[in-house]
Amino acid sequence: MSLLALSGIRKSFGAVDVLHGVDLSVGHGEVIGLVGDNGAGKSTLMKTITGIYRADAGAIELDGKDILPLDPGQRRRLGIEMIYQDLSLAKQQDVASNIFLGREPTKKLFGLFPGFVDKASMDRQAAEMIERLGAHLPAINRPVGSFSGGQQQTVAIARALTFNPKLVIMDEPTAALAVREVQSVLDLIRRLKSEGIAVILISHRLNDVLAVTDRIVVLRHGRAAADLATAETNMNEVVARIVGGGDMSAAAAHEQRG
Amino acid sequence: MAVETARPGLWTRAQRASVDQLHIRLESLIVLIALGAVMAVLSPFFLSLSNFLNILLATSTIGVLAIAATFVIGSGGLDLSLGSVMGLAGVAGAYVAVNLEWPWPLAVAACILAGAAAGNINGQLVTRAFVPAFIVTLGMLGLARGLALVISHGRAIYGLPSAMVYIGQGRPLGIPMPVIIFVATALVAHCVLAYTRFGRHTLALGDSEGAACAAGIRVERHSRIIYTLSGALAGLAGLLFTARVNAGDPTAGINYELTAITAAIIGGTNLFGGRASILGTMIGALIMGVLQNGLTLLAVQSYYQQMAIGAVLILAVFIDQYQVRRESRV
Repeated sequence: MSLLALSGIRKSFGAVDVLHGVDLSVGHGEVIGLVGDNGAGKSTLMKTITGIYRADAGAIELDGKDILPLDPGQRRRLGIEMIYQDLSLAKQQDVASNIFLGREPTKKLFGLFPGFVDKASMDRQAAEMIERLGAHLPAINRPVGSFSGGQQQTVAIARALTFNPKLVIMDEPTAALAVREVQSVLDLIRRLKSEGIAVILISHRLNDVLAVTDRIVVLRHGRAAADLATAETNMNEVVARIVGGGDMSAAAAHEQRG
Repeated sequence: MAVETARPGLWTRAQRASVDQLHIRLESLIVLIALGAVMAVLSPFFLSLSNFLNILLATSTIGVLAIAATFVIGSGGLDLSLGSVMGLAGVAGAYVAVNLEWPWPLAVAACILAGAAAGNINGQLVTRAFVPAFIVTLGMLGLARGLALVISHGRAIYGLPSAMVYIGQGRPLGIPMPVIIFVATALVAHCVLAYTRFGRHTLALGDSEGAACAAGIRVERHSRIIYTLSGALAGLAGLLFTARVNAGDPTAGINYELTAITAAIIGGTNLFGGRASILGTMIGALIMGVLQNGLTLLAVQSYYQQMAIGAVLILAVFIDQYQVRRESRV
């Protein structure tokens, strides 16, 4: 049985139909590449999985359980995490506050008053997580807005991985990174797969997608236009599916040079 | 991934230590001490226990409103209706006690509930009707004030029961009751904002609604709770004022939102949300209290005091924005 199963997902914003009935399934520990042109509906589809958007029609099941009525917090607790393209960090808060946002551990103050956030434990676990990711941050207790882009992404990744996720969605995680940082993100995806964690990778960088995924799903005009096994496809075919028929040899050649 | 940043200077470290350990901005603490020193030199009456209690008593109403302003602004909102809701709450309490002749605990409850109701309406309109908080609370400023005047027929309601007056004028152990209630409220509010999940979610929401939403916080519900809480605190301020002057005055609290918001901002609350501390706001409220008290002792006309408050608000936001711009350039 697959981990996540979407069927017939539809979503429109006012008069604009973005998703016209998308089917998608993700197995345990499977790495899926989600590609498509700008406006194909990739980010919208992912936000219907995390619950930020509510699908107009269709079904979403996680381990066979219907999660459509659940809000984003409940879906996170079931193990669906997303690293957003804009990272969605609270920039004036520190590292631990961001990693634990919405799930802060609490303790009793003086053994009497419950509900006090256990900041010491948060800081400790946050430092361990950053360490495990092999990253360095200037300070754990500074606002994340004072960090560089790569460091902020480390915090966003740590937030997604701290609570034993089953599925991690990454929206353009490598778009703003230098070459070496891109490699570490790709290594991370491989490591997650080896730990049995499923990954959906949204990326315009097809070389990255071809390098780490098991399957590539092409979204086109709000529909899943193709579902390709990565081992049996190539750059030309993926590009052809993205632009959709016609003369695509020039586009494919361009991608291959890039 | 990145090199360690250079060790910051002494001033920056002192600033950070103050914020991290005391939740107070170093600048506002220095301003308060300097202001107190100047007043002590200028007036022989300034440095005395009775004057100190006077300052706290005069600050208590504004201080409770400033706590409300801190929560709302910290969450990325704005509540301009604080002073009017305070006036409405005081009239509601006096009406229940005097006109309806209900027992005083019900009158006390009426103050808080009238405030909470007005705040809840603010929250519903902001989160469900998508009217900007500036407009909703500006409208409520007019609505609540008008309703207070309608209920009281434009006249103050006199003759409160003595138990209620005690809340405003009693002095157990020589300490005015409003001061006790104000300080207790501030301590609880500080713990809630700084140490509980509710408080952290409030600041995260003010910092980035998208981040709070992505983290699974129910942001609209949280906003409604904040506005309701703000109204309830304005109701408490109305109770303190009404009990102190022994009358439900429909014109109570006019322009108080100006002072309350100023206190929150000079206490270090980010005008756009995400950073706030109740202890900082208390320093801000004390700065406003010392300023007014000192100017009164120096026999400066109250018209000038009003001007001073307005000038301090603009100056505080200017300094804050100046620092933010300087930091973002580095």
